[in-house]
Amino acid sequence: MAEIEAKTEVTGSVWKIVTELGQRVEAGETIMIIESMKMEIPVMSEEGGVIQRFLVEETTPVSEGQVVAILTT
Amino acid sequence: MPAFSRILVANRGAVAARVLRALAEMKIPSVAIYSDADAGAPYLGLAGETVHVGPAPARESYLNQDAIISAIKQTGADAVHPGYGFLSENASFAERVHGAGAHFVGPSLRWIDDMGHKAKARGLATRYGLPVGRGSGVLSREKDTILSAAASIGYPVLVKPAGGGGGIGMLPARTPDELIGAVERAAALCERAFGTADVYLERFVERPRHVEFQILGDRHGNVAHLFERDCSVQRRYQKMIEEAPAPAASRERIAATAASLAGKLAVAGYDNIGTVEMLMDADGDLAFLEMNTRLQVEHGVTEEITGVDLVRAQIRSAAGDRLADILPHPITMRGHAIEARVYAEDPRRFFPSPGKLTVFRPPAAQGVRIETGYCEGRDVTPHYDPMIAKVIVHRPTRESARAALIDALGAFPIQGVKTNIPTLLAVLGSEEFQAGRPHTELVAEIVARMR
Repeated sequence: MAEIEAKTEVTGSVWKIVTELGQRVEAGETIMIIESMKMEIPVMSEEGGVIQRFLVEETTPVSEGQVVAILTT
Repeated sequence: MPAFSRILVANRGAVAARVLRALAEMKIPSVAIYSDADAGAPYLGLAGETVHVGPAPARESYLNQDAIISAIKQTGADAVHPGYGFLSENASFAERVHGAGAHFVGPSLRWIDDMGHKAKARGLATRYGLPVGRGSGVLSREKDTILSAAASIGYPVLVKPAGGGGGIGMLPARTPDELIGAVERAAALCERAFGTADVYLERFVERPRHVEFQILGDRHGNVAHLFERDCSVQRRYQKMIEEAPAPAASRERIAATAASLAGKLAVAGYDNIGTVEMLMDADGDLAFLEMNTRLQVEHGVTEEITGVDLVRAQIRSAAGDRLADILPHPITMRGHAIEARVYAEDPRRFFPSPGKLTVFRPPAAQGVRIETGYCEGRDVTPHYDPMIAKVIVHRPTRESARAALIDALGAFPIQGVKTNIPTLLAVLGSEEFQAGRPHTELVAEIVARMR
């Protein structure tokens, strides 16, 4: 069981978390949406896995490359 | 003119800078507002006084009507210039400004209200006799009605939000099957973005040009036009390059459309600055898209070719001056102007790229106009739109303007954020743009070629 880090590709703030703890997501599925400069940029899972932890909440400011959720395969 | 005694600028960035500059020239005392993120912004120095209106997020500051209304009362401003974006097309804000005893520098309330709802605006445009393309009213959720609406327009169709703009929730559909899914997806997106799931259909024009007409009305029943702008260079309905006049178009047809729009809007009582956006198809036919009841981002290219200061003209019109006193007779067009919008974004992935402007040196060449709310050392935060500068050139010919803009963008060092300058240069250097054949899919096609 490997841990996967889901990272945001942009600096902004968390607009909406669209998944729940314990939820299984497939590769390429949106975990949460970051709002930056009036655009919505999804954080997508690189691999399929189960969401173990969220490291942010809605409205939390985030920086490019920051880990926002941990999944396990 | 019964001049305003103090004008509050309810905006930020490049447009706040632009309006504050005009107010200084007109010797009208000004008030600027700012959020935490904009404290110390360079343009605030142009204002007579400044009022802090809240934290960085726009909904707590530049969209915070309570805070802005109390700034109006606190400073005794008797007029509010809304700029563009934020509350500039919000009829309830304009009403509250009136309620606070100040003028709203824009058209009468009914215009803001009517034109803000895009499906309603189409209906009104039809009633005023403007050329409107085939389309539907707001769709019901019944499959059969949706399909028959599309059948009477003819495929392909474009599903569009009734309650907002900016390209959000716009989806094309080429078949009945595609249409049902597109309507559902668009309605969900619109509900989230605009608080209303209302969508409608329009005929989908392949590779159209976006041509818009600059309008100015006064409070005495007069409306004039200040020619057109071509804003076809867009990515996902976000404009990137705008120019005036429109290249490779029939002058006769454009002039006839402009004169007809001004005449019809005069009859309808339009009474301040506005822009009628139209789509031009391959045959040169123009169809009404929407009307913006405010100053436009790209107003500068019109100012360059006409010599008319549109912000001053807008303020004088709002103060009750007559067009005959505001505008030259006749309004003439000289040379060619092109504007490029510089965005803080990754030119490859088109993601926003906030950061500190460690280097930001706009070119100081003669005949190159820069509009910006930033300076070196300032932070471009994720809270607002990504436009960090507009670069505008004015030359005798389109080709010399194009060359000058390429030079200007090439001489604009920016570090600390990524910018779209490589994309702008690729478009300006493309065969299609050079030949005067821009269209709204051009950027996507050029980006695909670059990959």
